[in-house]
Amino acid sequence: MISGSTPHVSSGTLKNAYDRRSLVIGGLQAAVGLLLAGRVAWISLAQNEKYTLASESNRVNLTLISPRRGAILDRNGAPIAANRADFRVDLVPDRLVDPDRTLAELGRLLKLSDVRIKDLKDKLDKARGFQPVEVAAGLDWDSFAAISVRLPDLPGVLAQRSFSRWYPTGPSVGHLIGYVGAASAEDYERERNPLLVTPGFKIGKDGLEKLFEKELRGTPGARRVEVTASGKVVRDLEMREDVPGQPLRLTINAPLQDYVARRLGVESGAVVVIDCQTGDILAMASMPSYDPNSFSDGIGRIEWKMLSEDDHVPLRNKVLRGLYPPGSTVKPFVAMSFLEAGLDPEETVFCGGGLRVGNRVFGCWNRRGHGTVNMAKGIYQSCDVYFYHFAQRIGMDPIAAMARRLGLGQKFDLPVVGQSYGTVPDAAWKQRKYGKPWAVFDTVNATIGQGYMLVNPLQQAVMAARIASGKLLQPRLLLDGKTPQTPSMGFSQEHLNYVHKAMWDVVNGPGTAGRARLPFPDIQISGKTGTAQVVGLHISNGKTGPWKYRDHGHFISFAPFENPRYACAVVIEHGGGSSAAYPIARDVMTFLFDPAKAMQVLTEMEAGWGGTPQQRMAARYNSYEARYGTTAPKPAEENPVASADERAAAADRRPQPEQTEAAAPRPEDGSETAPASPAPTASSTPAGAPQ
Amino acid sequence: MRAGVIPAAIARQPWGIILPLFVLTSFGSAVLYSAAGGSLEPWALQHLIRFAVFLTMAMIIARLPQSLFKWAAYPAYGALVFLLMLVDLIGAVGGGSQRWLNLGFMQLQPSEMMKPAIVLAYARFYDALPPAMTQNWRSLIPAAGLLAVPAGLVMLQPDLGTGLAITFGAVAVMFLAGLPMKWFLGAGAATIVAAPIAFFTLLHDYQRKRVLVFLDPEGDPLGSGYHISQSKIAIGSGGLFGKGFGNGSQSHLEYLPEAHTDFVFATMGEEWGLLGALFVLFVFMLILRWGWRVAQNAPDRFSRLLAAGMTCTVFFYVAINLLMVVGLAPVVGIPLPFMSHGGSSMMTNMICLGTIMAVDRWSRRSSGIAG
Repeated sequence: MISGSTPHVSSGTLKNAYDRRSLVIGGLQAAVGLLLAGRVAWISLAQNEKYTLASESNRVNLTLISPRRGAILDRNGAPIAANRADFRVDLVPDRLVDPDRTLAELGRLLKLSDVRIKDLKDKLDKARGFQPVEVAAGLDWDSFAAISVRLPDLPGVLAQRSFSRWYPTGPSVGHLIGYVGAASAEDYERERNPLLVTPGFKIGKDGLEKLFEKELRGTPGARRVEVTASGKVVRDLEMREDVPGQPLRLTINAPLQDYVARRLGVESGAVVVIDCQTGDILAMASMPSYDPNSFSDGIGRIEWKMLSEDDHVPLRNKVLRGLYPPGSTVKPFVAMSFLEAGLDPEETVFCGGGLRVGNRVFGCWNRRGHGTVNMAKGIYQSCDVYFYHFAQRIGMDPIAAMARRLGLGQKFDLPVVGQSYGTVPDAAWKQRKYGKPWAVFDTVNATIGQGYMLVNPLQQAVMAARIASGKLLQPRLLLDGKTPQTPSMGFSQEHLNYVHKAMWDVVNGPGTAGRARLPFPDIQISGKTGTAQVVGLHISNGKTGPWKYRDHGHFISFAPFENPRYACAVVIEHGGGSSAAYPIARDVMTFLFDPAKAMQVLTEMEAGWGGTPQQRMAARYNSYEARYGTTAPKPAEENPVASADERAAAADRRPQPEQTEAAAPRPEDGSETAPASPAPTASSTPAGAPQ
Repeated sequence: MRAGVIPAAIARQPWGIILPLFVLTSFGSAVLYSAAGGSLEPWALQHLIRFAVFLTMAMIIARLPQSLFKWAAYPAYGALVFLLMLVDLIGAVGGGSQRWLNLGFMQLQPSEMMKPAIVLAYARFYDALPPAMTQNWRSLIPAAGLLAVPAGLVMLQPDLGTGLAITFGAVAVMFLAGLPMKWFLGAGAATIVAAPIAFFTLLHDYQRKRVLVFLDPEGDPLGSGYHISQSKIAIGSGGLFGKGFGNGSQSHLEYLPEAHTDFVFATMGEEWGLLGALFVLFVFMLILRWGWRVAQNAPDRFSRLLAAGMTCTVFFYVAINLLMVVGLAPVVGIPLPFMSHGGSSMMTNMICLGTIMAVDRWSRRSSGIAG
């Protein structure tokens, strides 16, 4: 270096230094130039493919179009679940810039209540970034247009036209069909399908919607568009139509299903109607229910509070998950087992209000006694003593076998999320379960449908249908075009005729359910009442007092009497007795033969109840919202229907409390001879002798 | 030999710089035309008009005598330092960072003007400094003071890129003025040591983030790394021949930020490919080579340092912008001379080139007299 430490520096040496140093700088600059040229060449040639791909994935946006979900149709092709073209607004959390401002703006534009906005915040908190959150569906054009024009200022908000699931009869089909909802994070983990996070796409969450997800879903369409960085669509490149899902045809009669559900009114109960020729389930309702329409956008705070506080357990499907002591509805099949065992139906027993076995007296529900009772009277007057007496002779095993043959304690091959099949007790069962021998009071309990005996309403309907038809009907929910096999039960026609006649007498003769008569001169219903105690008499008389202590009411029936076409089972939880059940069966049967006539009755009743289930739910929602507003707690469960089902299944696995004495038979009121006052309980001396 | 055909006044013009400039600016205008979606508005036409205005300005500068440059060196520097203080003051009062003064008819950015002004002041200083003194502290301390005040003010704004550009021009002149090499080696070593410390203490958060993102742009594809990623995608997807004029999806669909200003080279590269990029580099090489030649042929020490320093200032602009666009330097807001849309940078660069033209003129005068 020339300018090092030489003491004499002239302008000449500085010029020399300049020459050398300018070469250095110039060289460095040339090097930078070459570096740049090399770098550009590397990026544009060697990495061209990678960056071309990146540029294309910037430019082209592939949007999936949710496939239209397959319709669920009733046996006549009427829609139970359909798709409705509507306008919807969704949020994509990842793309939100200012969630609070955006929500406030949406709330203003769509006139959302505070509760709705709070619900949306809950959903946003829970959703992962890529999971769309539904703000509103079924918007009218004006609201949709108002949102659409403001979209540029609302990043993360999507407004689109799409199809949404629609259940025309709402709560009437809740437990039957299930509902749809946005896919959860777990659903997405499982399937890894981008369709699941497409805004507006819904997946089956419960019931048939869930079980037939694969068939109902269809194939998504796709739309390739050119988009700007801010997501604005510049032009369409390509479009592929969606392929709608396959329709599902059910054996259900949709108008009947709706009628049945509505006719249950404000009660907590279940009704099943079965076709006696095919086993087709025509209606299967559990009420109160949830409205699957309002579940599809998730469950809000108010809804959650309403559902979780309701002691009528709207989330439990009582048809399949409700287990009840069947009460006296067992008497027709017990009688059938007696006949098969060779008992002469005209053999009588004297009922003086109770039956002494050893040193114990088992009471009849009618403490005044029925006098001389044969089998027919035992059924139509529901005389307990008759059955106590002959059950001692015949034994429990033929009775239990008959119960199972008729469907009690059985699980059916049905597309449902869960069935509780209950218990048909016998000596072997008790030995296995409790390690104790069968006792007299066990037989006494079983013959009046109490004690260990637990059935669900579907089983009761199947039992009624098999007794009515004499055929081994299998309940069926899907109308698949096949003719169902209906082999004979192998009953003697004489026996069937005898029991049918006794059941006819229940309603049309000197029986316990005179008010169940159909309003037709030529069509007659036959049935059997049942009242089952929920708690012992020392807590409640079962008729009055706290709702949850009242007796369950049952009624099994079939019509027309001469050539049974329909079988129906009604269960009313805590209805106070069978009188809560058989008027419903009467009106349901009326509907099957004259819908207009039945509808007239219902319309009057609904006026008194405060409207249809949908109207009552809306009114209840509003009153809850007014009372609790945003203070209602967050929903604790993502899928409360499934959770309720799991709880029901868990309850099934819990052992029943061991029975140590006979249950008190409950009065079959409605019978002209029934006493108004409760019958006293059976006198009980310790431990009946084993049978 | 062409003197016979072409009038002397035209033949005398420095065509070696005007032609490349014209080609480059026209090309830049074409890119801006495409970036605007095939429209002269709002950028392409204005770009050409500005070019005409500032080229005229440069040619006027080119006619100024050396004595005027020497006389104006310190007053111009002083005036700009005053304006820089004013800008910082307004910024401090206004509660934000401000870089310009609104003169009504234009935005004056004193920090931009400081780039040529510091070179002029340094050329003046080292020209006046007796050769012997270049080897001791007298060559450094006053110059360091001259640099520290404006560079400090600019960095306060905060404008790291411009601050570095000013420093780079000044250091280049110092180096060419023949100051002891060991000082530069020492300073270089000190920078290597101090840089990490400065990185963690002096830089603003957003500046630090930019540096970090530069090191790993894909680590933050939606944040600050977005600029670099999208720029590389634009250039890389262009390939050898580009996507064709008007077909750049990155710029047209707004994925490329600042497509018409700082990242105009990426906009160009997407549509014109590697060939377009090499062409631009080639034209810049011509311009810079012309600058170095003028400096080499300069008649005296002042004009030599002046021309070389101006050339280095222009180089710094080009190099930092292109290194940033291709992902080799952090994102700093420096436009590409004669291609990016923007008045300030074009004016600064034209002042630099006008000054070099002036030196060219002085040298032809003196050589004309000599010959």
